[in-house]
Amino acid sequence: MKILVPVKRVVDYNVKIRVKPDGSGVDTANVKMSMNPFDEIAVEEAIRLKEAGVASEVVAVSCGVAQCQETLRAAMAMGADRGILVQTDVELQPLAVAKLLKAVVEKEQPGLVIAGKQAIDDDANQTGQMLAALLGWPQATFASKVVVTDGKLTVTREVDGGLETLELPLPAVITTDLRLNEPRFATLPNIMKAKKKPIDTLTPEALGVDVTPRLATLKVEEPPKRKAGVMVGSVDELIEKLRNEAKVI
Amino acid sequence: MVRDQETLSLLLNTVARFVRERLVPAEAEVARTDHIPEEIVAEMRRLGLFGLTIPEEYGGMGLTMEEEVQVYFEMGHTSPAFRSYFGTNCGIGSQAIVIDGTPEQKARYLPRLASGELIGSFALTEPGAGSDAASLKTTAVREGDHYVLNGTKRFITNAPEAGIFTVMARTDPMKKGADGISAFIVERDTPGLWVGPPDVKMGQRGAHTADVVFENCRVPAENLIGGVEGQGFKTAMKVLDKGRIAIAATAVGVAERMLQDALRYACEREQFGKPIAEFQLVQAMLADSQAEIYAARCMVLDAARRRDAGENVNLQAACAKMFATEMCGRVADRAVQIHGGAGYMAEYGIERFYRDVRLFRIYEGTTQIQQLVIARNLIRKEKLYG
Ligand SMILES: Cc1cc2nc3c(=O)[nH]c(=O)nc-3n(C[C@H](O)[C@H](O)[C@H](O)COP(=O)(O)OP(=O)(O)OC[C@H]3O[C@@H](n4cnc5c(N)ncnc54)[C@H](O)[C@@H]3O)c2cc1C
Ligand SMILES: Cc1cc2nc3c(=O)[nH]c(=O)nc-3n(C[C@H](O)[C@H](O)[C@H](O)COP(=O)(O)OP(=O)(O)OC[C@H]3O[C@@H](n4cnc5c(N)ncnc54)[C@H](O)[C@@H]3O)c2cc1C
Repeated sequence: MKILVPVKRVVDYNVKIRVKPDGSGVDTANVKMSMNPFDEIAVEEAIRLKEAGVASEVVAVSCGVAQCQETLRAAMAMGADRGILVQTDVELQPLAVAKLLKAVVEKEQPGLVIAGKQAIDDDANQTGQMLAALLGWPQATFASKVVVTDGKLTVTREVDGGLETLELPLPAVITTDLRLNEPRFATLPNIMKAKKKPIDTLTPEALGVDVTPRLATLKVEEPPKRKAGVMVGSVDELIEKLRNEAKVI
Repeated sequence: MVRDQETLSLLLNTVARFVRERLVPAEAEVARTDHIPEEIVAEMRRLGLFGLTIPEEYGGMGLTMEEEVQVYFEMGHTSPAFRSYFGTNCGIGSQAIVIDGTPEQKARYLPRLASGELIGSFALTEPGAGSDAASLKTTAVREGDHYVLNGTKRFITNAPEAGIFTVMARTDPMKKGADGISAFIVERDTPGLWVGPPDVKMGQRGAHTADVVFENCRVPAENLIGGVEGQGFKTAMKVLDKGRIAIAATAVGVAERMLQDALRYACEREQFGKPIAEFQLVQAMLADSQAEIYAARCMVLDAARRRDAGENVNLQAACAKMFATEMCGRVADRAVQIHGGAGYMAEYGIERFYRDVRLFRIYEGTTQIQQLVIARNLIRKEKLYG
């Protein structure tokens, strides 16, 4: 079985985000970029399935600017076998990415797509779901455990009330939650070897997908600054304040 | 020389992340216990850190010097004891074999050094021979197809952990100086080799040094590095030229870390109603540190590039080692100062770095010895081309 893993290039999670002065977006000039952490979990899960003999090939796909190639290299250094770059300078929204991925899925015919549940830049949490809908495939989102047996998927999902377990037929789309696994550090020799793994470059035009943005960003703002806290002298004082000032108990 | 920038960036990012997520959180524990936890050593092995500089055909990564120093800039962002643990395998503990070893010696030892299965140490210094290393007294007398070693080596990094030692010993007692010295590979379990208890050091706890004593220690003749007598001191000096650039790079990395810690503290700590970073006298300490770090970084990169290009870098390596390590000492002092009373307290960690970096100015040639090397190069050139 072939597994397709979409990986997104995002601002590194250690970077303190700055909003552009004109409020048109986030400043990404000279900012460190990395693979979306949820996608790392997806790559890790796919590699584990390959190591367990369930999958035969892991293909990483990234949509966006030329530098997304670095993100693909990172996935291949972890253990993905090859990469596909769908290159465009257009700002991609979830629906456009889902359409691009659908086209790639039709070309590659994977048995399973494992995506991150959301990207840490716009937190949209839509791409995996849209892709499943466009393909007409079953989906299991927010996976915290994935088991493949006899062509069937058993996925444990994190939901508000606790854990939910689903069984679904293949092919299917999974999106990963934080607790699915702890992604490995790519070893340094594997990073060197990743250079020799192939990357195919495609374009939205070649895939016949219209990626024109459907949504317009009106304004991006910093979250309000946190106000200074107060020191309380005792537990009694804390309870008194919670009861009479904050009125929460 | 950087062979491929994209690959190098990915590699450096991975090292930076390993440092941030695994090593920095373990710093205080390593200092307290004087021990690097087994799981961290295992991760360092798995990551491939022991094989950075060992050629690819022997299972390493064959990094160029310019690539290697950038790894040390990143590794410097945590306690230098971590680098010390794998550093001898990338540097002084393997390079004699890499540079001057026979093909058989390379095939026998380098793959296990690259994987970290074997730790390599470098044993030059003796109780009576430090800066004046060429006066060393350890002897190696040929008896049939063996050499018999006698003598004591002092302050040998990673001796308690080492599986093999590169040992400089005198094979020709008639030649008092460098020409009488040969280099050997000595396996740890060779009868007659003793490792003393770990020394109690000022800093870099977690990294160990010890005496290594040879008492009628019989070493197979095929372990004479390069197979030729009298070349050992030259081999050692080639190893040290490279080692000096590596130490300079580490000093730059640690200085960056100390400046970062001091900067964060200065932006958070308030006195006289504002962050102390707003006082110009504090700013001067930050600015001087940054400028000196930048200068040292440029020197290290230049020396590394020249070495990659095949130039003799004896002068540049000495300049970089001297400047970067002295700079690191000044930055450590300022970082403690910026922390005020907290700088003196163990809890903040900066006093630990202050002690850790003191070593850089002493080993692999003290600052004074670097000055002698630099001046000797200058004067030789003046006499030749004047
Ligand atoms: C933690 C640690 C790890 C070490 N690891 C290793 C190792 O792995 N392998 C190894 O072989 N060695 C190792 N060493 C030894 C180290 O290289 C020596 O300590 C160093 O070369 C200085 O020699 P010394 O200690 O004998 O000092 P000395 O040579 O006695 O020097 C004392 C002082 O005199 C000065 N001095 C000496 N000669 C001159 C001169 N001609 N002109 C001006 N000043 C001079 C020195 O600069 C110094 O200030 C290590 C040392 C330490 C502390
Ligand atoms: C071992 C030890 C023993 C001590 N014993 C005592 C004791 O017995 N009794 C007692 O009362 N205190 C004691 N202290 C506290 C000591 O006096 C203070 O640590 C010291 O005055 C510095 O204050 P601080 O630590 O708050 O540093 P800070 O005042 O926060 O200073 C941090 C840095 O900012 C600089 N700085 C601050 N303000 C300015 C400015 N306006 N312009 C330029 N630079 C500025 C400082 O020079 C320093 O470099 C002790 C401290 C230590 C470490």
